[in-house]
Amino acid sequence: MTHTHLPGQTRQGERLLIGIAVVTTLLFIAAPLVYIFARAFSQGWQVYAENILHPATLHAIWLTTVVAIIVVPLNVAFGVAAAWAVAKHRFPGRGILVTIIEIPFSISPIIAGICYLLLYGRQGLLGPWLQANDLQVMFALPGIVLVTMFVTAPFVAREVLPLMQAQGSEQEEAAVTLGANGWQVFTRVTLPNIRWALLYGAVLCTARAVGEFGGVSVVSGNIRGQTNTLPLHVELLFNDLNAVGAFAAASTLTLIAVVALILKAVLEGRRA
Amino acid sequence: MTAVAAPIRAKRVLPGFTLSLGTTLLYLTFIVLIPVLALILKGAEIGPARFWQIVSSPRAVAAFQITLTAAVIATVFNAIYGLLMAWVLVRYEFRGKRILDALMDVPFALPTAVAGLSLTALFSANGWFGGVLEAAGLQVVYTIWGIALAMAFTSVPFVVRTIQPVLEDMDPALEQAAVTLGARPWAIFTRVVFPAILPAWLAGCTTAFARSLGEFGAIVFIAGNLPFRTEIAALLAFIRLEEFDYNGAAAIALVLLGFALVLLIASNLLQNWAAKHREATR
Repeated sequence: MTHTHLPGQTRQGERLLIGIAVVTTLLFIAAPLVYIFARAFSQGWQVYAENILHPATLHAIWLTTVVAIIVVPLNVAFGVAAAWAVAKHRFPGRGILVTIIEIPFSISPIIAGICYLLLYGRQGLLGPWLQANDLQVMFALPGIVLVTMFVTAPFVAREVLPLMQAQGSEQEEAAVTLGANGWQVFTRVTLPNIRWALLYGAVLCTARAVGEFGGVSVVSGNIRGQTNTLPLHVELLFNDLNAVGAFAAASTLTLIAVVALILKAVLEGRRA
Repeated sequence: MTAVAAPIRAKRVLPGFTLSLGTTLLYLTFIVLIPVLALILKGAEIGPARFWQIVSSPRAVAAFQITLTAAVIATVFNAIYGLLMAWVLVRYEFRGKRILDALMDVPFALPTAVAGLSLTALFSANGWFGGVLEAAGLQVVYTIWGIALAMAFTSVPFVVRTIQPVLEDMDPALEQAAVTLGARPWAIFTRVVFPAILPAWLAGCTTAFARSLGEFGAIVFIAGNLPFRTEIAALLAFIRLEEFDYNGAAAIALVLLGFALVLLIASNLLQNWAAKHREATR
């Protein structure tokens, strides 16, 4: 962080800009964050605990956890594989591959949900085949997992790829020359080099996976006590006019977000 | 990196190429490409005449207009606020700067539904801000301003985080030269700093705009979702699905997909320009 005080800049102007930035951020970003906890605890700890321990809320927490436990490791494997293929090798179409990896970033989760419904839904392309074989993808766990995989696809790759590219392949090549096999090269040379970026990507992926709303609301069917993930449960409670319950459920998701941000700060310190 | 002129085979020293590329292609094909293809095939099945009929219906046109207008408002706000934040975070030292920097990631980390819930309550009549604003005659919740607010909240990090590295990399000698030549602070900003960060600023704004067009979770809470008034395009597609009108949903989704892909390409081109620009100005 180099910062230069140019002689032409006035202290007054600097203070004014910092002041505007701080006040706007407090009102626009910090207030919504704080307000979640303020409202969740507005009727005391006991009501908060009752809301969290409500069976429907517990089920939503459990379902969201299951989805994250399935999606995050798959995404980590995909992200590492994609980064390894793109950063350590030269092949035609690399640029296109990187763009395709980023597609889920720019596609609205709602569109992702619609895509999946048109593929696996009852009227979808694979619908008749799935029904003939008695397989339920939509409005069930597989659909929620698949759409979450779509939405989170770029998260790990995007963190690991630039780092692998910057580090080059000299160390790995040296290891191969010394007789290491592929697995040894990866676990002893590459993995230690990328571990913080990998962990950070996994943290971001987890935060996104547990918070996914638009795509999941299309494919889940919002069946209470069955396919209601935590973000959907927040909406359900809000629509039921149970504001404190909605904020209590939201506070658990907010806590995950805050932990992700703190981890990010710690990991950035390590990487620097 | 190594041996540029060597034939392709010689460069594949490292193992695992087939395995890693195979995994990548398999994942992308099944998770991303085939589902998107299903949507495009559905569009082809609908046919151009019916497609046009759906997307030019008054309710769909109103939804597209509302979405675009709110996204423009949100992006203009973020263009200014995001630029200010990037500038303040890179150029000045002050207490609490690290917290301010961390707060810029909140919209990324916070689930959109949670953001929507909190903003709605905050800006409704009995919330912290809603009471004050309504006394002043400004209604945010259930209006287009609420939609723009939710869009701005969820997309602001894209602007800040795209400009920040470019500002950090800028050669201070350029500005010092301008100072030596007697330029005033505002002139230095508009003539030296701003041209250097312009490509990154545009790229960030493009991504933020694309994100705003596709935003759903935060908006459904705050918009009130009245057809012709506060119904966004993504929600209309969702409503069509719930009515089992898959053609209607697919047609609207295809229009949004088209916007998203065009903006993705635009943002990539701008970022390439920004990268070249950066090399030239440091």
